[in-house]
Amino acid sequence: MFSEAFCSALRLILEGNARLVEILLLSFHVNLTAVVVAMAIAMPFGALLVFARFPGRRLLIVLLNAAMGFPPVVAGLIVYLFLSRSGPLGMLGWLYTPAAMILVQVFLIFPIIAALTRRDITELWENYREQLLSFGVKPLGAMMTMLWEARFSLATNVLAGFGRASAEVGGVMIVGGNINHHTRIMTTAIALETSKGALALALALGMILLVVSLGVNALVVLVEERRRRFWMSAS
Amino acid sequence: MKIAKIATACRLAVAAIAICFILAAASAAWAQEERESLILATTTSVENSGLLDFLLQRYRARDAVEIKVVARGTGQAFRIARNGDADLVLAHHPASEESFVAQGHGMRRLPVMFNHFILVGAGKDAANVAAAGDVFTALLRIAAAGEAGNAKFLSRGDESGTHRRERELWLAAGRHIDAARDSWYLETGAGMGATLSIASELQSYTLVDRGTWLSFGNKRGLVALLEETEALFNPYSVIAVNAKRHPHINAAAANRFVAWLTSAEGQDAIAAFRIDGKPCFFPARSDSWNGRSAEN
Repeated sequence: MFSEAFCSALRLILEGNARLVEILLLSFHVNLTAVVVAMAIAMPFGALLVFARFPGRRLLIVLLNAAMGFPPVVAGLIVYLFLSRSGPLGMLGWLYTPAAMILVQVFLIFPIIAALTRRDITELWENYREQLLSFGVKPLGAMMTMLWEARFSLATNVLAGFGRASAEVGGVMIVGGNINHHTRIMTTAIALETSKGALALALALGMILLVVSLGVNALVVLVEERRRRFWMSAS
Repeated sequence: MKIAKIATACRLAVAAIAICFILAAASAAWAQEERESLILATTTSVENSGLLDFLLQRYRARDAVEIKVVARGTGQAFRIARNGDADLVLAHHPASEESFVAQGHGMRRLPVMFNHFILVGAGKDAANVAAAGDVFTALLRIAAAGEAGNAKFLSRGDESGTHRRERELWLAAGRHIDAARDSWYLETGAGMGATLSIASELQSYTLVDRGTWLSFGNKRGLVALLEETEALFNPYSVIAVNAKRHPHINAAAANRFVAWLTSAEGQDAIAAFRIDGKPCFFPARSDSWNGRSAEN
């Protein structure tokens, strides 16, 4: 089974199978857009939780940390209920489009990036606080400085979010519908082929997905490596 | 200081939301620059067997509308359509179809094609189903063997057309099933393909539609034990969703597709579809519709 799957994975890649390329491109479109959107809102949000003081802040932090493990199927169901024609956002017509899948992914990645950002900035802020305050830096300036100083660990957090998005199947299946040529991405294609009993093809797609996530993880290591070197040379 | 903080927070939040909206709008535009489209909610068997791909490829030659297939169990397909999230339903459970139309969710119910269900199980056939003669005797034999600890029966347990039909068959056989008490009766809560995989692992009996059975690639030790065309008759019908209920439905395009599917050309296309050289679905317009002689 594994050798058969390996051969068919190689064949799919080597012959540049049009459907595979289409599925891969859509996967990247959905997951990358979701990561960028999540990043844009989650990073300021995470930093805000460090600097801003407001009632319910600690509760929010607890909820955010808990939401890192939010079940994708539940996220999918909630987004489905909102985007359905009989739901409050039905008029958008987003259900069964990549936009709906991106929304679910943002829902799932946001807590991860926001919570990890908060953690990293909190650590950094403890070290820099005295120094920055003695320079008379304003909160916004301090926040920007912290986000910049933490950029390497923040990049790792973003990659962690991307990893979560790439591995997700339950949520995007519900709101995307796994429609051929429209909302079929790597994970939903694997689920479909498995259910059809085409195990070799499913495994081949799985191998390709693994290579992609391996690439992402290699990137994480590289970023970490650079960070360490950066700090070593700085000190 | 405090006011500055709040102002900063507001500015950041506004910027973040703006970025979010721009990106989301961009991707929505990306999604919507496609052609006119229809959403067809259907049962998994017609999609997984490759029939819909085959039909849609032919249909594309004569109509520019893009048909997007969302393959779910029949129960879920109706739920999607009831919420207004599909333009058409292709299902295989007459009672559900009739109530869908009767409740005003759908327009007319039109027969499209048929085949039959197959009782499958391990080759050794502990309950001797192959010699049962009819499906009701077969089910009672499975139940008896199950109580004796020699057999298991897998139910879909997911409100799909196959699941609803299977429960009707048990009822007609006069055997009341209590999944909590009958330990040989297992509900997978999964699709047909996944249920077949489990059946092959557990070497148990299950009921499967002909389309999924022929196209399933992982049978390993499972064989067709009982094929009956009368009691296991499996008709598929198409229903356009009622545009009066859901005004955004693309009724014109939906009706065009329904008309094609039931036309001579659409029916011929269904008849031409083969899996490993075997016919899989039989057009509703063929002579065999009345005689239900689906044997090949």
